[in-house]
Amino acid sequence: MSSQTQTSDTLMLPPGPVPTAPVPFAPELALGLLRDMLRIRRLEEKCAELYGAGQIRGFLHLYIGEEAVAAGAMRALSTDDTVVATYREHGQALLRGVSMRAIIAEMFGKQEGCSRGRGGSMHLFDAQSRFFGGNAIVGGGLPLSVGLALADRMQGIRRVTACFFGDGAVAEGAFHESMNLAALWQLPVLFCCENNLYAMGTALPRSESQTDLCLKAASYRIASRAVDGMDVVATHQAALEAVDAVRSTQQPFFLEFQTYRFRAHSMFDPDLYRDKAEIEHWKEHGPIHTYTARLKAQGLLAEEQFLALDVEVGREVDDAIAYAEAGHWEPVADLLRDVHTPAGGSSS
Amino acid sequence: MSRISYREALREALQEAMQRDPRVFLMGEDVGRYGGTYAVSKGLLAEFGPERIRDTPLSELAFVGAGIGAALGGLRPIVEVMTVNFSLLALDQIVNTAATLRHMSGGQCSVPLVIRMTTGAGRQLAAQHSHSLEGWYAHIPGIRVLAPATLEDARGMLWPALEDPDPVILFEHGQLYNVEGELAEGVTVDIRSAKVRRAGRDLTLIAYGGLLGKALEAAEQLAREGIDVEVIDLRVLRPLDDATLLASLAKTHRLVVVDEGWKSGSLAAEVVARLTEQAFYELDAPPVRVCSAEVPIPYAKHLEEAALPQVAVIVAAAHGVCGT
Repeated sequence: MSSQTQTSDTLMLPPGPVPTAPVPFAPELALGLLRDMLRIRRLEEKCAELYGAGQIRGFLHLYIGEEAVAAGAMRALSTDDTVVATYREHGQALLRGVSMRAIIAEMFGKQEGCSRGRGGSMHLFDAQSRFFGGNAIVGGGLPLSVGLALADRMQGIRRVTACFFGDGAVAEGAFHESMNLAALWQLPVLFCCENNLYAMGTALPRSESQTDLCLKAASYRIASRAVDGMDVVATHQAALEAVDAVRSTQQPFFLEFQTYRFRAHSMFDPDLYRDKAEIEHWKEHGPIHTYTARLKAQGLLAEEQFLALDVEVGREVDDAIAYAEAGHWEPVADLLRDVHTPAGGSSS
Repeated sequence: MSRISYREALREALQEAMQRDPRVFLMGEDVGRYGGTYAVSKGLLAEFGPERIRDTPLSELAFVGAGIGAALGGLRPIVEVMTVNFSLLALDQIVNTAATLRHMSGGQCSVPLVIRMTTGAGRQLAAQHSHSLEGWYAHIPGIRVLAPATLEDARGMLWPALEDPDPVILFEHGQLYNVEGELAEGVTVDIRSAKVRRAGRDLTLIAYGGLLGKALEAAEQLAREGIDVEVIDLRVLRPLDDATLLASLAKTHRLVVVDEGWKSGSLAAEVVARLTEQAFYELDAPPVRVCSAEVPIPYAKHLEEAALPQVAVIVAAAHGVCGT
């Protein structure tokens, strides 16, 4: 079998047709979701440019194509809830309320960054909004989310911990151990699996004997649901219901977002492992243009409005870049700062 | 003063911590219903209930990670890992998360977590239950590593470890649990310094954990042979208390370091390197290390004994350094 047929006969296509149904949300929410997705998209498009220009270094993993997941999920959470994310977390951090300024400054390695320039793209943190990273060990955030939820339970705090991870994490022991603990101890964790079908370059059927990920949740007696991750209406509705279920039952829930990344895994990835035709199929389901078309079709959005929104978001990005450029390098004398908590310093 | 075992001292410390601070809880494999693999937590389930004496599945990675999460969430977890050998299943969470989180988040996220585990050989448990890997942990910035070798430290180290806003790992040597002795009430200890356990003029003998007893025994034998040995208990394996070690070396000018880990890349290597870097001209003889033989620890008693640092070997090493 040639490598060509190997890829072309295993195209993995979007789960359903391109959504066209009217958006069932009030205008403020409907347009808010568009704005959320557009902010992520424009931020990351600029990040790719800045990477090319050498202003962002290290690993940079773009979320482009997956915006409907973060937008739909983050708006389902309350400000008091907890979020644990992966190294592909720009979208979650931004929508959680970390400023674009602090995010780009972090990627520039400036001390104005949300992690003082210590973490970079993969380690965005904001304790104030209960955004606990930015974890670059695949599956590493899952046990953390179990512990955060355990702490809430033991302290009588009714909060939801949303833990994002990819399909790749499902192969890790941390996933299975954490699912078991969360179910066994009945902890309010919302497991948000962003299934973009590839663990770096390894397609899901090449790494999992069982590719129906909800069945794995079921084996731990965790309620689950798979949803079209390219459709922000579907992701938001599913997330609302899942968050509500977790909050009311204080039990875990597994929500699989079936999505796709349009860009390579990271800036180092030549993207040789998937067929261009597959990417094109998924791009037809692009979360922003399909949603924009629906909003326009039902008269919720005019082209001028969209352009104005785009300009506004573009300004936010430009402002954030200017802020990051004007930022400061942390003095080398502070290199060892925060290896340990200083005496009298705060801990969470 | 009351007569107490090392195990009981650890248990009292747990009990006191749980009574003093409602945020403290213990979790690990068989800590509750079973009473603790080494019976350290025996009876605590009845006193504190299953929420705070929390049995876990055999999921080291997840329950250590959950300890980190619970610490971030405002609690003060004590996680018991059955042995250091099994802690390798949780190494990712300890090294990549607990140790990094504060620095990597720019100072936002401290992890006030205590992890306890058994270490060491001497009980014919063979190559998967006998290793001394605490030196590996002592390599990692961001965590504090403690080795209580005495009843006082077994009783006293836990509370300051819990007060530390950052991750602390306590290594309990498996051969110490049954050691008994007198212990005064209300002891407090620090978790910063090495301690001189026996003052002497001729030789500095550094040990920690399960080998402190053998070091002291060797010192007594050497005293009878006319060599006055100063025995230092490292206690804190990271960060190392260089000052106490240097002060001793400035007095004795001779050095033997005892370590149950393997010699290559060992904690003993680090101690010798530091002292050599900082006090080379204090030394009257090349320093010597007494470590375990570089083999997986075998089961057969005579082979296990041959693999581990023994009093006779320490005594011989001391004579070599002293030229006696």
